[in-house]
Amino acid sequence: MRFELMPRTSVSPVARALAPVVAFIISFLIAGFVIWLMGRSPIAAFDVYVLQPLSDPWSLQELLVKATPMALIAIGLSYCFRANLWNIGAEGQYVMGAVLGGWLALNTHGTEAGFWVLPLMLTLGIIGGALYGLIPAFLKTRFGVNEILTSLMLVYVAQLALDYLVRGPWRDPKGFNFPQSVTFDPSATLPPILESGRVHYGFVFAVIAVLVTAVILGRTLFGYRLKLTGDAPRAARFAGFNSSATTMTVFAVSGGLAGLAGISEVSGQIGQLQPSISPGYGFTAITVAFLGRLNPLGILVAALVVALTFIGGESAQILLKLPLDLTQAFQGILLLCVLAADALVSYRIRLVTRGGGK
Amino acid sequence: MTTFEAILLTIVTASTPLLIAALGELVTERSGVLNLGVEGMMAMGAACSFAAAVSFDSTLVGVLAGMTAGALMAALFALAVLGFAANQVGSGLALTIFGLGLSGLIGAPFVGARRDPVAPVDIPGLSDIPYIGRLFFEQDLFVYASFALTILIALYLTRTRSGLTLRSIGENHTSANALGLPVLRVRFLAILFGGACAGLAGAYLALVYTRFWSPGMTAGRGWIALALVVFAAWRPGWLLIGAYIFGAATVLQLHAQAAQFGVPSQVLSAVPYLATILALLLLSLRHGRAVGAPGSLGTPFVPDR
Amino acid sequence: MFSRKLFGALAGVAVAALSASGAMAQAKDKIKVGFIYVGPVGDHGWSYQHDQGRQAMVKALGDKVETTFVESVPEADSERAIEQLARTGHDLIFTTSFGFMEPTLKVAKKYPKIKFEHATGFKRAPNVSTYAAKFHEGRYIIGQIAGRMTKSGVIGYVGAFPIPEVIAGINAFYLGAQSVNPDVKIKVVWANTWYDPAKEGDAAKALLDQGVDMLAQHTDSPAPIQAAEARGKFGFGQASDMERFAPKAQLTAIIDNWSDYYIARAKAVLDGTWKSEDTWGGLAENMVIMSPYKNMPDDVKKMAEETEAAIKSGKLNPFKCPVYGQDGKEIECKGNGALSDEQVLGMNFYVKGIEDKIPQ
Repeated sequence: MRFELMPRTSVSPVARALAPVVAFIISFLIAGFVIWLMGRSPIAAFDVYVLQPLSDPWSLQELLVKATPMALIAIGLSYCFRANLWNIGAEGQYVMGAVLGGWLALNTHGTEAGFWVLPLMLTLGIIGGALYGLIPAFLKTRFGVNEILTSLMLVYVAQLALDYLVRGPWRDPKGFNFPQSVTFDPSATLPPILESGRVHYGFVFAVIAVLVTAVILGRTLFGYRLKLTGDAPRAARFAGFNSSATTMTVFAVSGGLAGLAGISEVSGQIGQLQPSISPGYGFTAITVAFLGRLNPLGILVAALVVALTFIGGESAQILLKLPLDLTQAFQGILLLCVLAADALVSYRIRLVTRGGGK
Repeated sequence: MTTFEAILLTIVTASTPLLIAALGELVTERSGVLNLGVEGMMAMGAACSFAAAVSFDSTLVGVLAGMTAGALMAALFALAVLGFAANQVGSGLALTIFGLGLSGLIGAPFVGARRDPVAPVDIPGLSDIPYIGRLFFEQDLFVYASFALTILIALYLTRTRSGLTLRSIGENHTSANALGLPVLRVRFLAILFGGACAGLAGAYLALVYTRFWSPGMTAGRGWIALALVVFAAWRPGWLLIGAYIFGAATVLQLHAQAAQFGVPSQVLSAVPYLATILALLLLSLRHGRAVGAPGSLGTPFVPDR
Repeated sequence: MFSRKLFGALAGVAVAALSASGAMAQAKDKIKVGFIYVGPVGDHGWSYQHDQGRQAMVKALGDKVETTFVESVPEADSERAIEQLARTGHDLIFTTSFGFMEPTLKVAKKYPKIKFEHATGFKRAPNVSTYAAKFHEGRYIIGQIAGRMTKSGVIGYVGAFPIPEVIAGINAFYLGAQSVNPDVKIKVVWANTWYDPAKEGDAAKALLDQGVDMLAQHTDSPAPIQAAEARGKFGFGQASDMERFAPKAQLTAIIDNWSDYYIARAKAVLDGTWKSEDTWGGLAENMVIMSPYKNMPDDVKKMAEETEAAIKSGKLNPFKCPVYGQDGKEIECKGNGALSDEQVLGMNFYVKGIEDKIPQ
């Protein structure tokens, strides 16, 4: 006797929408059980993890701040992933965007440079990320080198390049030789949306990226072919889809958005270049892209959910003294549950008795 | 021991965990399943092996615990990708995140504990060969195991019926299924094998390499192992070469620093990554574009009917 | 110290203003103290020692303090974690890594009534103190030990990143070695990580392979000293006593001891006497402690103990003038008979005799 998966003939949209919710509940039950085993109250944990952050304007705002880079990067990644191209080097593209954009900020530092600095910086950020993303794309299309390896290896190279720059040529001369650049001028700082808040315009960029992507996927031929690749790779291949041009395009888009995320974080949140400018957003964004099922709106929601687990995790450490590792384990479980639930929407489980079916 | 021998020796220890973990992943991928959870399985292998080795004061128990932990993690992954046909890339990532977190919880009580070195095993006769003798025949058992595994896996994939089955399932699961091959069972076993290898690599890190445990001690080696499988174009022999190129680049850049060449240390630190890209590029140029992944890699298998 | 000159005047005015308004002088019965760690508490090194300090505070002050910590806080995303502590009723918050400097100041500005303590930074505010330890004092001692004990005449150093603190440590170590062994040579390898045990071990092995027989480290894990032990060579523990990892190889360890400082600062908040200030403690202040000198001949041990006493009493400064740069030119002496604190804290040159170049 065993179980088998059967593709469902029709997938109900209600089930599709409910699946992540069910997955959420299941993963919370698992986490609650573990917390109960550790001798803590699962209800208090749920309150601290979810209810409090969602009912407090301050943490709601922090949620947007944290979700911004992840959403931007994940939107870009969704282009690659839809085309079955595995760009796992977004972290490096993020860093290179910050480096190229930051270069302008440092070079205009202390000058009377005007309003043009910020838009040019953001553009340079996009270009930096896109160019860095094009390296694996070029190696793939021209020489057939696998993009998983090259994009990943280039992450480490980018981080070391940034490290070299801020410890060497770009170091703040008045910073007592500590590895940091100068603090960006106001003209090179991405302003907050609300005067007193911390949510900067990066979030607006993320929302724009979501909307534009939704339009591209829904209304253009390019989007149609991307979607086709995701849903039916073989059909897309027959349609001549896996062309070099597409590979280059999706990598450039993906890298560009990661670069935009990088420069937005640096100029809107951190305010200077330093050896470490990302707590792994480029990698977390891969999770976000999958949690959001590569759907633009889904990605935005997923970014907020993942941000919630980070913020809830910090609250849990502070208020309940629950270890950080538990949060991380929970994130893993949550993602697994969502993916499994998603699969269950497309397939149904059938009990097969031995001999009953092959 | 000459300096030269000593350097080679450190290269061997730096390369071994990468090789072991990558060999397991290679078998998994050859069956058509991409498991990005190597880092998480390795972290669990390190934590569980160390916890068990300290608790029972036995390296053997530790190694077994590490492999079991890796295999259990892999079983969870198999449940998701085979049982539920969930997305493999996403599930693998989830496994890494989960493994890093859980290993932290398991290892926390063992912070500060330490293990004695694992004694090298001398193979009499062979270890007297000049230059390479002591290097390759006076090592700990893990190193021998990694060499043996490389050869066995190479033979298994090319010379056995079961290996052929595994490969054909990896190449095209639809036609393999049509031929009556047990796609899911073979994949399940291949995933478990990959997990056990990752666990073994983690055990090597915790019990031989560092001999203590600390959170996040795998430090990205699982990702490197994944990249090496791609580098090797899914062939065990090339994997051995790739792991040693990477290990050598890692160790030699440190020597280049100690030798005081005056090159920025960041540039030298980037050498292993650039060297791997360059080596792969050269390989691709020589072999044309034929170095391909198993045909069904990464796609879930659901029988049509 | 240097930053006292820079910011002291400003901070002093502000503190006076606050005191006058009465905001400072409130004694409290019970306070909440929060800690932000850059690494996991289980790292054996930097964050582990800060957490030891936190635990010592709880032990010393009992139920007068309630403590919280947030671990593995990424420097690029620390503002929120710090503000979370500020928002949850903490009276005193320690942020324990250089990279938390700007975020700490930003949050402190928003919460003027909460006291902040930032480790190893150089910017202060009326409610932000800074503190750091003179680890280079300990490094001078281990340099002397290494200089006396080396047989090959080459000593090794595993560095994390070429930041001033590490450079100053290397210089102090080398000056110590040179003071007893003028011809001694030093080799430096940068691991480019604070914490990757396997890589640190590889760096140590690379040095040992190149003929080094004394190994100092400025990375956090016990891997380097363990590598020395495995080769029958000697090393020095970093941050915590690493004797159990290398019982035969550890000559001594430079221990970060934050306990006394943390207890004192919490008490100050309890008494209502907390002021923004800068503390740079060394051996004399017990912020740097040498673990027992072991595995060495008696005369070397005696020398080490005498040096330790001389530094404690202020008779000896590792950076006493004249100090020569790599080019042999004397470094301008800006302090009182020694390099100034400012020169030490921002150190970006190697002293004469070190043949390597600082990576830029």
